[in-house]
Amino acid sequence: MIEWLSMGGYAYYVWMSYGMLAIAIVLELFSLAARRRHALDQVAQYDEEAGFEEKAG
Amino acid sequence: MAASGFFRYSSPASFYPLAGRLVPVFGWIAAILTVAGLYIGFVVAPTDFQQGESYRIIFMHVPAAWMAMFVYLVIAGWSAASLVWNTRLSAMMAQALVPTGAMFAFVSLWSGAFWGRPTWGTYWVWDARLTSTLILLFLYLGLMALRSAIEDQRRADRACAVLALVGSVNVPIIYFSVQWWNTLHQGASVSLTAAPKMAETMLAGMLVMSLAAWAYTIAVALHRVRSIILEREAHARWTQELVR
Amino acid sequence: MTAGAAIRWGLRRDLALAMRSRAEIAIVLVFFLLVTSLFPLGLDPDPALLAKIAPGIAWVAALLASLLGLPRLFAADHADGSLEQLALAAAPLPALVTGKVLAHWVATSLPLILLAPLAGIQFGLEPRLIGILIATLLLGTPVLAWLGAIGAALTLGARGGAALLALLVLPLAVPVLVFGAGAVESTRAGLGAQAHLSLLGAGAILSTVFGPFVTALAVRISFE
Repeated sequence: MIEWLSMGGYAYYVWMSYGMLAIAIVLELFSLAARRRHALDQVAQYDEEAGFEEKAG
Repeated sequence: MAASGFFRYSSPASFYPLAGRLVPVFGWIAAILTVAGLYIGFVVAPTDFQQGESYRIIFMHVPAAWMAMFVYLVIAGWSAASLVWNTRLSAMMAQALVPTGAMFAFVSLWSGAFWGRPTWGTYWVWDARLTSTLILLFLYLGLMALRSAIEDQRRADRACAVLALVGSVNVPIIYFSVQWWNTLHQGASVSLTAAPKMAETMLAGMLVMSLAAWAYTIAVALHRVRSIILEREAHARWTQELVR
Repeated sequence: MTAGAAIRWGLRRDLALAMRSRAEIAIVLVFFLLVTSLFPLGLDPDPALLAKIAPGIAWVAALLASLLGLPRLFAADHADGSLEQLALAAAPLPALVTGKVLAHWVATSLPLILLAPLAGIQFGLEPRLIGILIATLLLGTPVLAWLGAIGAALTLGARGGAALLALLVLPLAVPVLVFGAGAVESTRAGLGAQAHLSLLGAGAILSTVFGPFVTALAVRISFE
């Protein structure tokens, strides 16, 4: 297993590459979740404001 | 007067739930294909004679470079549709794809550097494909910068659409010119495109990883476009019903 | 108004405007020479090295200088509302835009091309290579003008200013840079610059044929 991880001595290069891919994907997925949360908050905020207008009107 | 068939989904409101059902489907396809691709790449494919284990980087480097290119062309397609048919959803799809395309361009460059170092001694080589991918990354960043510089969403849609189309016409010209420049200036044949002679398993591995990247991109873009739809339609009743 | 008349109208108007802001244009030209002067200062002023890198540097400096002048193309008219008037006018907008871009090229690129030999001399470039450089600039600057016009129209009134414009235009200008500087290199190597000049010429033609319509579209978009 250790031998496989060491990639014939090229471990640094191989894992830096795949590591960056993993990091990029994880970051993208996190940003997707954050964007969705933010968007839902925006909708809720508009809903609240619309509710106030209805009550006032 | 409901639109029929395929065009029923061209309004953001009706596309939203459809996209929501498709995201997990493509997500799972991406996950399975990635596992399969990595298995082929790391377990099945033989060690390269010249480059040892370092060549295994191509199983992510090449698919990433391909995706950076293809996603840009898809963005150009959606952009053309949005200008020709004046559809908001087409523009939103283009907007949703840009960050992912940029990510692939960056990852391709990064992995290219870490492949170049053990193979040719330097972290960066001005080979044709890497240089073209670098310019492609700049094109993506330009799209993102223009989007954030224009406040009005509809105007931003149309401006980015024009930019994407002008860019897509230029992309083959850029690739061609960089290829030309590269062949003129190459002393030693230092090129990441002159890959090791491909065993069939290597090609299979790259193909599976490319398909995985496609599925991933579709899943991510559909998820992102759902958020974009919510952002733009935040004031509309249907989104508010949704959130309650 | 016919297309031809519209082009002449735009050309005359913008040239007159350019004449009134000669200082601004002069600054662009000084910038060009300033940039070319910086490179030997940053590098080893070895004559052989300088002669070798001269075409690339002259072209990069020309690119950057052409970017400087671009915002002027539409900004003034946009600010005082006359651009909107032009967009609504009976005359075809692509023709009006062509007049403006042509005036812009005459006012900023043409003087730059005339100055280019100075840069060539700074770098010890031989006369025949300076000639090729001029030819590439003559063919390449129209392409830059149209790419810049599209960029300027897209970024009208947007935040980000000159830096955003540079980010949008420079990647698209890479082929012009490659073939322009490459032509001089190729001539120096004894291989001739026919192919480079033909490609640049094709670019000039294509950009002049399609540029007006894309630019007009971009201008209209900025009035959404």
